[in-house]
Amino acid sequence: MANTQSMCTSFLGELMLGQHQLGTSTIVSRTSLTAPTTDTVKAALYLASATKDASTTVYNTTGEVSGTNYTAGGVTVTNATAPTSTNASSTAGVGYWTPSASIVYTTVTLSTSFDCVLIYNSTQSNKAISVHTFTAQTITAGTLTLTMPSNTTTTALLRLATT
Amino acid sequence: MLEKQEGTVDNENELTTWVEYWLDGELVHRSAHVTLKKMPSFAGGDTASF
Repeated sequence: MANTQSMCTSFLGELMLGQHQLGTSTIVSRTSLTAPTTDTVKAALYLASATKDASTTVYNTTGEVSGTNYTAGGVTVTNATAPTSTNASSTAGVGYWTPSASIVYTTVTLSTSFDCVLIYNSTQSNKAISVHTFTAQTITAGTLTLTMPSNTTTTALLRLATT
Repeated sequence: MLEKQEGTVDNENELTTWVEYWLDGELVHRSAHVTLKKMPSFAGGDTASF
C-alpha cells in the first residue's frame, strides 16, 4: 500500500456541481441565501502505509496519523486567495489555486512514518480535494511545516488545464 | 551531550529540510519543513480537451 499524489477524481465532478468554493467567497449559495459563504478547507496527514490516491472521495481516519497535539482531521488551511484562471492561447488555459499560507502542525509528536497530506473540504461533508506526497517523515516534539508552491499557472497546488 | 543533525531532500516534487536533536543517544526533537513544489501528476495540462 502506498499514497499516490493526485487530484481526487470526485473533486472534478463536484466542481461542476458547484460543491466547492475555494478562496474568498464570491457567490451567494447553499448555506445562505443572502450572503456569500466560505468553505473551510482542512489538511490531514496520513501514514506511509495508508492508501490515499485519486480514488479518495472523502476524508476519513483510516490510516491517519495520531500523536501528541495532533487532532484527527488535521488543521485548517488558510484559504484567502480566490482561484484564478488564465488563457494560455486561443484554445487553452488553466485555472489554479493555492492556499495562501503554509500548513503548520505545531509541537506535535508523530512517531510513525507519514508521507501524505489530504486536502479536503470540511464544510462540504469532508469531500476530498487532493492528495500530496513527500518524503516520509516523523516529528518528535517539533513542528511540521508544509510550505505551498507559488500560486502560478505552472506551479500552483491545484491546476485544471485545457490543451 | 546534545547533538544536532540536519538533512535535506530536494527533488522535482519537494524541498524538505529536517533537523534532529539527540541527547545521550535519545531523539528529543525532530522538526521538518516541506516545501511542495507542484503536483507533477497534473502538470501535463492534458486533463481535458474540448
